[in-house]
Amino acid sequence: MSPTTQSPELRSGPILGKVFEAVSEGRAFATETHSALATEKQVLEVRGFELWYGAKQALWDIRMPIPHGKVTALIGPSGCGKSTLLRSVNRLNDLVDGVRIGGDMLLSGDSIYGPGVDVIELRKRIGMVFQKPNPFPMSIFENVVYSLRIDGERDRRVLEETCERSLQGAGLWDEVKDRLNDSALQLSGGQQQRLCIARAIAAEPEVLLLDEPCSALDPIATGKIEDLIEELKGNYSILMVTHNMQQASRSSDYTAFMYLGRLIEYGPTADIFRMPHLKETEDYVTGRFG
Amino acid sequence: MSKPAEAKPARRERKQRQRTALSAHGEPLLWLTGGAMGTALLMIIGLLAFVVVQGFGTFLPGRLVEVTTVQGQRWLGEVSLTELYQPEERVFAALPEVARAAARDRVQAQGGSQRRMLRVENYELTGEHYKWFSDFELAGEREPEWAVLVERREGGRFHGYPSHFLFDGEKVATTPAEAWARYEAEQDPSARRHEQAQELEREEIGAVNLRMERARLAVRKAELEHGAESPERAAAEAQRQTLAPALQAEYDAIGQRIQALRKENLRHQIVFTTADGTEKAIPVSEIVLAYPANQLTFLDRIGIYLHRWGEFLVDDPRESNSEGGVFPAIFGTVLMTLVMSILVVPFGVLAALYLREYAKPGLLVSFVRIAVNNLAGVPSIVFGVFGLGFFCYAIGTSVDELLFAEKLPNPTYGKGGMLWASLTLALLTLPVVIVATEEALSAVPGSMREGSYACGASKWQTIRRIVLPRAMPGIMTGMILAIARGAGEVAPLMLVGAAKLAPELPLDLHFPYIHPERSFLHLGFHIYDLGFQSQNSEAAKPMVYTTTLLLIGVIVILNVTAIIVRGKLRRRFQSTHI
Repeated sequence: MSPTTQSPELRSGPILGKVFEAVSEGRAFATETHSALATEKQVLEVRGFELWYGAKQALWDIRMPIPHGKVTALIGPSGCGKSTLLRSVNRLNDLVDGVRIGGDMLLSGDSIYGPGVDVIELRKRIGMVFQKPNPFPMSIFENVVYSLRIDGERDRRVLEETCERSLQGAGLWDEVKDRLNDSALQLSGGQQQRLCIARAIAAEPEVLLLDEPCSALDPIATGKIEDLIEELKGNYSILMVTHNMQQASRSSDYTAFMYLGRLIEYGPTADIFRMPHLKETEDYVTGRFG
Repeated sequence: MSKPAEAKPARRERKQRQRTALSAHGEPLLWLTGGAMGTALLMIIGLLAFVVVQGFGTFLPGRLVEVTTVQGQRWLGEVSLTELYQPEERVFAALPEVARAAARDRVQAQGGSQRRMLRVENYELTGEHYKWFSDFELAGEREPEWAVLVERREGGRFHGYPSHFLFDGEKVATTPAEAWARYEAEQDPSARRHEQAQELEREEIGAVNLRMERARLAVRKAELEHGAESPERAAAEAQRQTLAPALQAEYDAIGQRIQALRKENLRHQIVFTTADGTEKAIPVSEIVLAYPANQLTFLDRIGIYLHRWGEFLVDDPRESNSEGGVFPAIFGTVLMTLVMSILVVPFGVLAALYLREYAKPGLLVSFVRIAVNNLAGVPSIVFGVFGLGFFCYAIGTSVDELLFAEKLPNPTYGKGGMLWASLTLALLTLPVVIVATEEALSAVPGSMREGSYACGASKWQTIRRIVLPRAMPGIMTGMILAIARGAGEVAPLMLVGAAKLAPELPLDLHFPYIHPERSFLHLGFHIYDLGFQSQNSEAAKPMVYTTTLLLIGVIVILNVTAIIVRGKLRRRFQSTHI
């Protein structure tokens, strides 16, 4: 194990710090996890998770508690494994050929990768919003209640209540309440993305996964989504991948910095952006690298 | 080393010339591709325009011309073709001596001669349908006021002048105008009586025959099931025996009614004189349509034109298909195409779903895909042979033995029929649907599937609720292609069910209403039959164009319907945003 504490020698080191060196050489090291996380109630716990695409390893020994009712942002350069980690939470990577995993994750104490886990049941407990809005080819109403429909819910009253509550929650109700039966595909990009959020929260998930939810949107739509994330905070535990440093610093409570498939540093957003423990994190968040 | 150095400037020069090479410009390729496109378009438009012009012209009523030849023969007919030609010597030799020199001079002066093909008809008298007349052969021509064109139910057209009207064999009108007025007055009642007689023949006699046949089949069935000496057979036989006299009486009564109607119709006859003076009496009821061709106003012409189209679209064929309507063929074509679509789409979609969604991609799947594509290249007649061997003979005969044993040796399903034809064409168009569906499935964005999985949907739920609706427009495209291919296909149908004559439609009012075993008329086969199998192929030629036009029209209507449905689906399932 290489030294990963906040030694002054490391902080003043070259841009490519010791941790990066260790990572590039494939040596093991421990994530710099801030102590503030220890006091949080966990909704999801990543336990030594590893993942391979065929022979290529994409995630290395990720250990990460996700706090309950907070927004956790995953940052890092392209290809660092943020999205892979996110997609591993609801086992979407199962759909990719040749994926192998190691370790486990716990969702409210239940194993995600354990034997005999019903993936379909598991996914119903986790909501996910994708990079590009992906409304289904059906009406706005049917989009929102999709997860109820596939559960066989037929009660019109329940469906309507869920639809209204979820659209309210996603801040879309006032815009679409008069045209719930119109095709969802006629909405604008930002509206579509909020519809996808409404769809995700309709199932009242324990964790909400957001995979760069604003990267395909214009600044105004992005602003609305960020406001929405602010509102959802507290009611939902959110794990969010973002490329946008400002977004991470504005919207999240905790931030995790990943690099080359490793979790480098993880702590309260304010600390990560203002006084990170590691030189590498500082370089990345200040834009000197990445 | 000095030599290459000297060569250098020369090479540079060549390069400069290359910069302006033809292939560097956009124009040649533009012309090449545009030319190919234009040629293809020209051919398609040319073909369609030809069919449209010829097809729409068929029913236009022309004028009747009476020509007198130098030999003194007179002919009355409709000009159907005009052309210039160089007459051979023997043509002149056939002329009478007095006219020969003049004709020769005339042809020489004009550098050829015009000749016209007259549709002379009156086949039973003249033995000709069409006759060529060169201008120099003619001593005179006129368009007589009272030249009448008669379309008869049987025996083809008749051209002549009304001379008088016969009622019970008595002359009751002696001038053309009077005879014609009498004919017009009698036309409707006669037509009604004729229809009545036909209705009796078709419906009531048909019903009696059906009951007789059922009684006979009941006996045969009892015999097959219980043996020739069994009491069941005896009971059935007894029932038949008791039924038979009543049915016979009913049959005779209907026969008498028909006879009475026919007899009444024979009392009214109009007598025509042909151009060469022969008299011919035609019962009014035998006339489908008659008009004094040279007295028609513009509106009359339009009326006759539309009337003929109406007859063409809704009536049964007459005169071995060369006259009358093609309604059974339209019906057969549309019904067969619909049944085919209903059979092929679910089947093709399921197969494509397996190939694209469930099967593990690999050598075997690629092989299957290639095989499916190759299936599209198999000549359609091979599908016909397969359909005949497999559906008609293998499956059909088994069905007959199991369910219709009493009707044997007359086959019920063991021959060509609507169902087998539809199945054969479904097989033929299957590759089209599979390929189109596979493409549509692969075009469904992965993000939508992932979104569905992330909501906790199973694979089948995702396919049913997301993938299939989204792919529906593409599947419809496959269906449209299948319809276009299937509706125009003729060769396999000749083996598995299309017929020259099918007295009964596959749908009617007799139990069980749907008769998928019946053979049917098909527009494509009808075209072939008219063009190549009819005795009077020259007279059938315009009908070939018209029927082709109609077939194209039917396919266009089927396709446009499908395209409209697809457009609706597309608007519902595909977005313009992002």
